[in-house]
Amino acid sequence: MDLINFLSKPSDFSRRTGPNDKIVLSSRVRLARNIRGFAFPGFAKKAERVRAFEVLRPAIEATAAMADRFAGSMDTLDALDKQILVERHLISREHAAKGPGSGIVFNHQEVLCVMINEEDHLRMQAIFPGLQLKQAYAAIDALDSELEGRLDYAVSKDLGYLTACPTNLGTGIRVSAMLHLPGLVLSEQINPIIQSVNKLGLAVRGLYGEGTEALGNIFQVSNQMTLGESESDIVARLDKVLAQIIEHEENGRQSLLEKKPKVLFNHIGRAYGILSNAYSISSKETMNLLSLLRLGHDLGFLPGVERALVDELSIVTQPAHLRKKFSDELQPEERDLLRADMLRERLAGVPRPQCRAPGDDASLDKPR
Amino acid sequence: MQCMVCKQNTAKVHFTQIVGDKMQRVDLCEECAKAKGVNDAGSFSFADLLLGISGEKDSSGSAPSAPAAEEVDELKCPTCGFTQADFKKNGRLGCPECYSTFADGLEGLLKTMHKGTRHVGKMPVALKQRTDSSERLKTLQKRLEKAVQQEDFELAANLRDEIRQIVPRSSTPAAT
Repeated sequence: MDLINFLSKPSDFSRRTGPNDKIVLSSRVRLARNIRGFAFPGFAKKAERVRAFEVLRPAIEATAAMADRFAGSMDTLDALDKQILVERHLISREHAAKGPGSGIVFNHQEVLCVMINEEDHLRMQAIFPGLQLKQAYAAIDALDSELEGRLDYAVSKDLGYLTACPTNLGTGIRVSAMLHLPGLVLSEQINPIIQSVNKLGLAVRGLYGEGTEALGNIFQVSNQMTLGESESDIVARLDKVLAQIIEHEENGRQSLLEKKPKVLFNHIGRAYGILSNAYSISSKETMNLLSLLRLGHDLGFLPGVERALVDELSIVTQPAHLRKKFSDELQPEERDLLRADMLRERLAGVPRPQCRAPGDDASLDKPR
Repeated sequence: MQCMVCKQNTAKVHFTQIVGDKMQRVDLCEECAKAKGVNDAGSFSFADLLLGISGEKDSSGSAPSAPAAEEVDELKCPTCGFTQADFKKNGRLGCPECYSTFADGLEGLLKTMHKGTRHVGKMPVALKQRTDSSERLKTLQKRLEKAVQQEDFELAANLRDEIRQIVPRSSTPAAT
């Protein structure tokens, strides 16, 4: 089946809602698993990787959760499709570079996704919108339990699930949440927060995972340690820390409104101005400005506008999505023009943000 | 920003690494990152940590001898042929069996990067049952020995029946 037809439409995808989704864009739990009798993908020769792939792929495809699925080998996907999968957070950049012997299986609405022969034989993840770590873990745990009956997992009683990299050993779990933190960035509290989160043994990364920058004020928070602590404890610990970050972000937004309203209005007003009037705009600038527009929406400055519009724009303006829509041949400069056209068109019906500090609009709240 | 390795090119690969409660920043250019076999922060830390650990061993030993170092380098996984040198390069192991092959070297490393060195959490049901029953078998056998010693034959008979339930009949001589 065609990848693009199977992937959910950006307009539908951006309408998914979940608890705390003003701040938590998505919750993700991934498990690393390997099977006995095969070298890890990074060390295996191509023939061995292909043999492992032939064992792994049918086992995943046979699971109930994957009844409605897209499955493909990386060599059958063209470079553009792979890039789209990266932009949708379904595969890593490293996985996109792989060829025969590596692949991907994901289900309807991309809730469950398995990368085959990435760094480990299996990297399976569940993504839920908003703050739903427990639900995401339950979903991936169920898939894993079904697979353990079909595959001979490499496990040791003492070390747990054996992984290519010792950092993933034990539970093989990476629990993460994608957070939108413009309040903490604008109030310059983000660095101390990152440092204290790091001290708790959690990692803070940019939009596309390891080694990437925090575009659009989006940060990924995840556990680092996988051995010596149970899955449920790790999920609970992350939940606790996330609740605190959410509170800080809310306070950050509130104190900006109270103490520096003009700075805040200036950011949001300019973001709106550029996004809805530019004739050329880069992907990076778009991400950063859409983040501010989203903040404006969350603060109630864009009445009548759906947040889904902003979220959809942040998907469809990404480079591979633009190339897919228009032409694979597009040069970056041409993309910048088309991106600006798209933004002007989609934002044409969005009125200027009505920036108001608390107290400004007292008349509206007063009983008549 | 300059690359920390070659100190010539512009650093394009940046890692922030948390070891214990310390934060370290590493900035590399693309070539050095590639040369170091670095795909992400994880691999770099292992290479570094491993080197750090073997260095510690050398300095703590009374006479860090060259033959000892060679021996370490020669350690090779009998299943996949992976060597310690490969690990230094990639920070990844070769196959699941490598965890037994390199168990000694890994232990210290695991201590620095994880909360514990023993797995706590999910296990495949089949393995869990196997380990649970083997542990139960051990306890039962101990109790049986004690019962026989104390000439409590009624208890011994009951224990023997319980053991037979765990051990498949075909594998006990009495059943043939």
